[in-house]
Amino acid sequence: MIVDKLEQSLRPPETNMPPYPPKYITLASGEKMVVHQASREDVPRLLEAVRPLVTVEKDFYDIVAARLYAELLAYQRYRVKDEYVLVGTIDGVIVGIVNGRMVDDKVGMSYHTVAIKRGLRIGAQLFAAKMEYHMDYLGQQEVLIVAESPIGYRRWMIEYELESRPSTWHELGGVPTHVLTKALWEKHKPMKCTGRRPVPPEMLEVAKKLILPSEYPQIPGFKR
Amino acid sequence: MVRKVGIAGVGHTKFGRSEVPLVDMLALAALEALDDAGIRTGKGHGVDQVFVASMGAGLLNRQSSVASALVDTLNLQPAMAETVENGPASGASAVKLGYMAIASGMCDVALVVGGELMRVVTGWEATDFVATMLHPDAEYAYGLTLPAFAGMFTRLYMDKYGVTEKDLAMVAVKNHEHAMHNPVAHIQLVPSFHAIIEDEDAPVINPYVAEPLRVYDVCPVSDGAAAVVLCAMDLADRFPKKPVRIAGIGQATDTHVVAEREVPTDLLAVRLAAQRAYAMAGLKPEDIDVAELHDAFTILEIAISEEAGLFPRGKGHLAVRRGETRVGGRIPINTSGGLKAKGHPLGATGVSQIVELVRQLRGEAGGRQVEGARHGLAVNFGGFGNNVVATILSKEE
Repeated sequence: MIVDKLEQSLRPPETNMPPYPPKYITLASGEKMVVHQASREDVPRLLEAVRPLVTVEKDFYDIVAARLYAELLAYQRYRVKDEYVLVGTIDGVIVGIVNGRMVDDKVGMSYHTVAIKRGLRIGAQLFAAKMEYHMDYLGQQEVLIVAESPIGYRRWMIEYELESRPSTWHELGGVPTHVLTKALWEKHKPMKCTGRRPVPPEMLEVAKKLILPSEYPQIPGFKR
Repeated sequence: MVRKVGIAGVGHTKFGRSEVPLVDMLALAALEALDDAGIRTGKGHGVDQVFVASMGAGLLNRQSSVASALVDTLNLQPAMAETVENGPASGASAVKLGYMAIASGMCDVALVVGGELMRVVTGWEATDFVATMLHPDAEYAYGLTLPAFAGMFTRLYMDKYGVTEKDLAMVAVKNHEHAMHNPVAHIQLVPSFHAIIEDEDAPVINPYVAEPLRVYDVCPVSDGAAAVVLCAMDLADRFPKKPVRIAGIGQATDTHVVAEREVPTDLLAVRLAAQRAYAMAGLKPEDIDVAELHDAFTILEIAISEEAGLFPRGKGHLAVRRGETRVGGRIPINTSGGLKAKGHPLGATGVSQIVELVRQLRGEAGGRQVEGARHGLAVNFGGFGNNVVATILSKEE
């Protein structure tokens, strides 16, 4: 009982966040990527998917994967307020994960974007889905964003023309904060964000299997 | 008397992102080519001359005199050495100079290496760097880039000849399919024609870069190196493999300022370079069995195929629709994957095209082999067509 009370006091208050409605996107390969919101029960699978990347130095996968890993744990164990996780799957196989959180009803905070499968702009599409969630479903006015890799900087800061706001602190640390405003979202959304709804039930059912990737292009010769 | 010149060895790094510095990358391609030619570096190596093609070593990598550095790295002293810069046609220019060095009798064996380390900068910076070859006052100063020129050229070509975005996507899909059989190609992924051009997600998945050109119409930014060992054909017996003969080389230039061209859809330098190469080789376009054409943009494969006489003017895209330019078709083009899928490390490209033709003519091209290929054509395109080198290789019977 004492443990329960302690645990309760350790948990942040929760806001009732509207769910992210799943969608699917036809990638350049012709494969369909389903983007749906992961639940706390899904986290163990996601941790397994992320774990191999924690030691990949190339393209800063290590720092991004390690931080995402911790954030997934924090989400699962109720240690971050109003966090969410979106996952991209192709034929049920996890190909990418993004997360963030709601700071308040007006401001969102983007955490991380990890693309496991590469060369199909999966990271770009998952990031766009994350911004779509903040702006179009949570109804926020702006999203605070930082990047830890040059790829992220090019894809978000430059391509979305994010507003530089170094005076605003981002929870991920000292990297200068950039901001996606509602106006910037409306400007870039048509060329950055796509996908169809509803996802056919059988496709969504497969997506929810969250099959672990059997190969990682970042890790030649990977065997699970 | 002019000596006949052949290619005794070829080498090629995997295009994409290099894990090693520029000169080391050049050395990797060179060592493979030397090994292929049965040449060991060090004392008594027998290499008289080294040419290195690179457009960006100075601007991107802050390194000059790359050929001298490569000779030292490979222990090829006291070989003569020069670095060659002719924009994206640097590679073919270096091969041409290697040919001249041997044909003149000045050398017996020349090593030609092309390479570029481009992914040290962002895509935008790479695009700006490539644009430095445009006219500084009439073009570059106004923010013009190569994709911008290619976009305008494509629009004109579409209006004049009925080329469509679907035709361009067919070129892209074909070249990506070819690249799947080329282990050194940068991109090992076949896009779905429907997904990149017809699907409702296509505008986002395959967005316009320079309308009407989309992402899948444009070559990637790549690192990579390629190398060939040239030899006098009268010394062919020294080498383990029968050299493939350089049958013809043609080069031509056009106005630096593209707007000064009489007909903006004509690529005169391509036409002249090809005609000169055919004349030197004593061949006609219909003799060509396989071609590597400079498809930095998909439209260029179509336009160059016409200027090089492989198809009538304005009909190249119809040949693409009929599948004539894929492996198994009448005249397979860009069996390597082309610049589009194999990648385009500028200084390497002209040499890489020659490497592919040698592999085709030797019958070493694996799943992309053109059966019975005897004559191959390469067109390496510099500037926006203002300095073009065409090379014809022939298999010696």
